[in-house]
Amino acid sequence: MNAATAQPDTWRPSRGKVGMACLIFMESLFFSGFIIAYLFYIGKSAVGPWPRDVLELKPVLVNSVALLSSSFTVVAAVRALERGRMEAMKFWLLATIGLGAWFLWGTWSEWRGLIEDKGLTIATNLFGTTFYSLVGFHAFHVFAGLLALGTILLLGVLGRLKPRRDTIRFELISWYWHFVDVVWIFVFTTVYIVGMRP
Amino acid sequence: MSTLHAPSHTAAGTSLLERLHGWAITVDHKRLGIMYVVAALLFFVVGGLEAAAMRLQLIKPMNDFLTPQGFNQMFTMHGTTMVFLVGMPMLAGFGNFLVPLMIGARDMAFPRLNAFGFWLFLLGGLLLYFSWIGGDGLYGAGGAPDVGWFAYSPLTSKTFSRGNSTDYWILGIMVSGFGSLSAAINFVTTILCMRCPGMTLMRMPLMVWMMLVVGFLVLVALPVLTAAQVMLLLDRSLGAHFFDPQQAGSALLWQHLFWFFGHPEVYILILPGFGFVSEIVPVFSRKVIFGYTLMVAATVGIGFISLGVWAHHMFVVGLPPWLNALFAASTFLISVPTGIKIFNWIATMWGGRIRFDTPMLYCTGFLGMFVIGGLTGIMLAAVPFTTQLSDSYFVVGHFHYVLFGGLVFAILGAVTYWFPKATGRMMDEGLGRWSFWLILLGFNLVFLPMHFSGMLGMPRRIYTYQPDRGWEMWNLVTTAGVPVQMLGVAVFVWNMIRSSLKGPVAGDDPWDAWTLEWATSSPPPEHNFDRIPTCTSARPLWDRKHPDDPDCHYE
Repeated sequence: MNAATAQPDTWRPSRGKVGMACLIFMESLFFSGFIIAYLFYIGKSAVGPWPRDVLELKPVLVNSVALLSSSFTVVAAVRALERGRMEAMKFWLLATIGLGAWFLWGTWSEWRGLIEDKGLTIATNLFGTTFYSLVGFHAFHVFAGLLALGTILLLGVLGRLKPRRDTIRFELISWYWHFVDVVWIFVFTTVYIVGMRP
Repeated sequence: MSTLHAPSHTAAGTSLLERLHGWAITVDHKRLGIMYVVAALLFFVVGGLEAAAMRLQLIKPMNDFLTPQGFNQMFTMHGTTMVFLVGMPMLAGFGNFLVPLMIGARDMAFPRLNAFGFWLFLLGGLLLYFSWIGGDGLYGAGGAPDVGWFAYSPLTSKTFSRGNSTDYWILGIMVSGFGSLSAAINFVTTILCMRCPGMTLMRMPLMVWMMLVVGFLVLVALPVLTAAQVMLLLDRSLGAHFFDPQQAGSALLWQHLFWFFGHPEVYILILPGFGFVSEIVPVFSRKVIFGYTLMVAATVGIGFISLGVWAHHMFVVGLPPWLNALFAASTFLISVPTGIKIFNWIATMWGGRIRFDTPMLYCTGFLGMFVIGGLTGIMLAAVPFTTQLSDSYFVVGHFHYVLFGGLVFAILGAVTYWFPKATGRMMDEGLGRWSFWLILLGFNLVFLPMHFSGMLGMPRRIYTYQPDRGWEMWNLVTTAGVPVQMLGVAVFVWNMIRSSLKGPVAGDDPWDAWTLEWATSSPPPEHNFDRIPTCTSARPLWDRKHPDDPDCHYE
């Protein structure tokens, strides 16, 4: 009866890819809220300190280079897993985690300087409120990404990774890592470029 | 309740504890769907009792049934409950139960995430209600949240909201919001990736289309609310200044962020209702849905436009006139795709052999009531009109015609329509009619007079009023409608319980319908379909029943 109709379409996108795309989409809306709040409150603090007095661009630039280059190392790690070269995979993954940890350490030392030397906390003024929440949530996402990457590294060290089965999974985690990097570009532009203008 | 809670083929020979355990650990989309709906119905009764308490307080001027603070808690909990703990889980429940069956899949894309989402929603709901016990906090002040469901700043600041009640509001909604987000990811992924062979996007049942758009809207809108709630939480617990006017923080920012979520939320709630009606009306009119393509286009159109109308909730805030005009225009615009849908449903009924069974009665009621709510919505889209009537009972009447007359009627119709699929038994037709007419009468008694008391100047959220304002009669009628409505709901719930035990056995396809959920047994087996079906047109079951004249010849 229905044989007359042409072959039914059977191609469907991968569940993992669509699911991760949805997660990234919704996370970017979450960050939009904080970026909008930051832009809305630029220059509106009732009292100092002001961004140009306390923020230092140079160390942040170095950290940004570290974080952004980790996007390349993670791609190298995924490619290595795809080709079954486990030692190279572990090397590039460790490099990625190292670069991400470097970034977190940079944030930590920046915050320590701000809090202890410059006296800027989340309760000081609107700048502190928006700065710590936006940068902090980004750092929290870097931390979550590091946990995911660390899990993969652990599985790799234990020899539990199978290239054919797990490449797609690793690739999805790497999507998330790229997302964290891209968010940083927006955060950096907002906080350290737009927010620093006189 | 045993039939409701355990399909007969698994119930035999297991103890109650084992069966409950089975429900607690399940990742089956059908069981999760039923649990969502049952939990939502329980919260519906609680939220309804809160509304009844408010109406009792307002039955006459200068009444003292509730304290002012108690009244504030009632309208806050009523609104929050109905939106987040009734509307959202009801839709997640129906979506869960129906989407995989309708697209010929064995389960949702991520079954464990699905179960996780349900339990998050329940935890969020319990957190919110725990505020009645724990909200006092260390100050000994508080109780349930009393800041309104949209929790305007600076009412929510530490200064004006002492104790922990507002924190419970934030956390409860945030946690159940995580549940909604995981459900949304699941819906979008399931619909895009799990359709059976042959089911192209333009052959999906309209209900599935609505859930796809709803999933997208949830992913856009809810994270923004979560961000705003995180900001509020930082304000309250770490001394941040997002919404603190004393430190140049802006109360307006909260309103923008909240309503950027809040208005799409209205469409998140009503779109699945549109989906129910779009499934039920054709089956009971014995006709194909009129203008399927246009319905899909209108749904997608509503999805996009709904992201750009939020400031019509803020017409009296003092935004610049050009901005008000812009949002008024976009609000008028969104009534166009909504109107298209109304005309399509009427055109579907037109000339059909209509069977007025209970589901169809509810859908017909939906059409009438929703049109009234839509028309008052268009009135309120006009800035000068809102300037006059903002925050009055007119607005309360308007959105209850949309959400009760629209959404709840559609949900009750949907419960009656899919009850046989979920339980294997029919709901009683006589009791169904009684509940419909009682709810229709009670609903109009309650909410129609609100338009008049509102136009006479009665503001929302007042706990009492002076005797000489001309509002007495309207308030009396409004409250008089409450017992009628409660009786109708009671009959409905009784019908559900009784029918799940004693209703006549339904069979696979009691309504002679055309979508795939009716192609499997009632209740469906855990794996849904013994063989994954193949879809040949937008009405796959019609094609199977009428091999001589299948729909695919006309597509």
